[in-house]
Amino acid sequence: MEQLSGGDMLTRALHDEGVDLIFGYPGGAVLHIYDAIFKQDKIEHILVRHEQAATHAADGYARATGKPGVVLVTSGPGATNAVTGIATAYMDSIPMVILSGQVESRLIGTDGFQETDMVGISRPIVKHSFMVEDAADIPMIVKKAFHIATTGRPGPVVIDIPKDVTDPKVKHPYEYPKDIKMRSYTVPGKGHSGQIKKAVEALLGAKRPMIYAGGGVIQGEGAELLTKLTQKLGYPITNTLMGLGAYPASDPQFLGMLGMHGTYEANMAMHYCDVLLGIGVRFDDRVTNSDTSKFCPDATILHVDIDPASISKTVAADVPIVGSVTAVLEEMLECLEQSQQAIDAEALETWWQQIAKWREKDSLGVTPHTNGIIKPQQVVQAVHRITKGDAYISTDVGQHQMFAAQYYGFDKPRRWINSGGLGTMGFGFPAAMGVQLAFPEAISVCITGEGSFQMNLQEFATCMQYNLPVKIICLNNQSLGMVRQWQDMQYGGRYSHSTYAESLPDFVKLAEAYGHVGIRIENLGELDAKLEEAFALKDRLVFVDVMVDPEEHVYPMAIKGGAMKDMILSKTERT
Amino acid sequence: MRRIISLLMENEPGALSRVVGLFSQRSYNIDSLTVAPTEDNSLSRLTVMTSGDERKIEQITKHLNKLIDVVKLVDLSESAHIERELMLIKVKAVGAQRAEVQRLADIFRGQIVDITATALSIQVTGTSDKLDAFIAAQAENTVLEVARTGVCGISRGDKVLTL
Repeated sequence: MEQLSGGDMLTRALHDEGVDLIFGYPGGAVLHIYDAIFKQDKIEHILVRHEQAATHAADGYARATGKPGVVLVTSGPGATNAVTGIATAYMDSIPMVILSGQVESRLIGTDGFQETDMVGISRPIVKHSFMVEDAADIPMIVKKAFHIATTGRPGPVVIDIPKDVTDPKVKHPYEYPKDIKMRSYTVPGKGHSGQIKKAVEALLGAKRPMIYAGGGVIQGEGAELLTKLTQKLGYPITNTLMGLGAYPASDPQFLGMLGMHGTYEANMAMHYCDVLLGIGVRFDDRVTNSDTSKFCPDATILHVDIDPASISKTVAADVPIVGSVTAVLEEMLECLEQSQQAIDAEALETWWQQIAKWREKDSLGVTPHTNGIIKPQQVVQAVHRITKGDAYISTDVGQHQMFAAQYYGFDKPRRWINSGGLGTMGFGFPAAMGVQLAFPEAISVCITGEGSFQMNLQEFATCMQYNLPVKIICLNNQSLGMVRQWQDMQYGGRYSHSTYAESLPDFVKLAEAYGHVGIRIENLGELDAKLEEAFALKDRLVFVDVMVDPEEHVYPMAIKGGAMKDMILSKTERT
Repeated sequence: MRRIISLLMENEPGALSRVVGLFSQRSYNIDSLTVAPTEDNSLSRLTVMTSGDERKIEQITKHLNKLIDVVKLVDLSESAHIERELMLIKVKAVGAQRAEVQRLADIFRGQIVDITATALSIQVTGTSDKLDAFIAAQAENTVLEVARTGVCGISRGDKVLTL
């Protein structure tokens, strides 16, 4: 059998696992591994400028492709810098494998230089973690790590590697395992047939049905089947923030996003429905609003998820189904095919008429300013127009994220890349790099704000090094917009530490300093032309600094403590 | 409601910290915890006594089951089971008090396992209630030290927790 050092084993195992791209940053504890990377040509390594960006870039890559993202960082600060990105991936169930260097085994526990207990620090934010004690275990551990990260409910897995384990002088026989068996880890497959039948019966018997689909449908590659089921039934559907793209936004059955900043019609239909099919969702507090006792009061709740712990966690399910989204949807479709039960067409017609009335409210309507001031929503609409709705949109967190979610209209899964669960500012730009590396020909856009962008702007340099022509659209309102919005609404307009207009950098010059293109847009009249100019520069990174109305709020907005039907619709209107 | 959850987990470094971490991370209670290898050295058996309503216990068992190191789990309190706890207790015992302590130990079927001129150490096993009662039965200000193992348990009848 071939004899390899621990470092060489790692690169070989990654290659044998099908990895061709990793994101990382070198340091003392991983130097043996970096030397192994230098000596091979199968895996490309992208040198980021901060470990947090490595994790977000790998995350963006994973969200866009469905393949696991891979990160390599050194011990101590390298590992702790990666923590925010690992938590981000964990909250959104993104498959990721993080290789972290560790001090030599003999130094562990002695507070050695750049020592930190990475397995301990990351424990609550990983699906699983490994500490490599013997180089001979590397192939098996890598195999297990990828298996765990990518199956069931996906998530990040950390492999912590003491430096001596990758010593080039110590060699071990290498063979990559074909299969693995873990007695303690089984992946749910098919759902319970009896439960599925019950769910289909409930759906067919519904008078006011509603389908509520989330990120699990995208992660589980169930978007196509979900669309088929929804269209077969002719029922209304909403997607969560994480589920945007699971059902085509341009289809008339789509009511828009639901929840805290969901559309009026989606939230109203949720509240008044009598049968709710939740699929790949987790009934989180940004959907249900704070008081779950007021959530969907009349509904029989059918809940499909691959994670049994998600079911009845916050809202009790009447028909729980544990299984993979594709297997369950296939069986539901079959069941539907064979069923003698007919849909109550009359009730459905009445329900759609009600929904049409809610739609008339036009809760996402934008009234343009007449003085040339740009509303942030108009920028997202223009980006949609110019990219023909076919771009990959990454965002950071805040008002711009909600505007992008509300106004871009995603027709395909995996096009919408955002930190939904953890809400990580600084996520968008590195994530857009990961997307661009996965799809060099695609349009990778980062819609951001001047606050979030400054949390990872050092990645300008990475984009220059690897020629990544990401388009950054900065909705610049010169303040931390969402914080400011809450301060407007709940704190008497006292802008405590949410404004900094006087100290903002000149983003155009900043982009230019890194060798990129910067464009500033200040007037509505020039919005389309200048955006088109930016997108026409196909081979260049362009930073578009769009000065937008700082007074704008995101609406609709859920009223805290209320039901889903309780919303603020504008600065002057409430439900 | 008081519940006893018993589980088999991989006898590997870090496994216990994942279980304990889960409880603190999701603010579940640990009233007592015992853990030791089983007849199969690759497996440890852990028994945790916790409390919570039906829904909370369901979440606890689901999240425990999700841990990669946890192989199998049973909620012992769901059906008939035997539970035991062991206590070593050192009590002050001089003069007439010595006979009284010995009598109490007999009543509770405890064994005196160590003896000095002024103190007796007693081993008592049984349910937690019984151990509580034994402590309460001691004369005021005579208890010097208490060491309890926490609850461990097993199902009644043919039901077994095994792979």
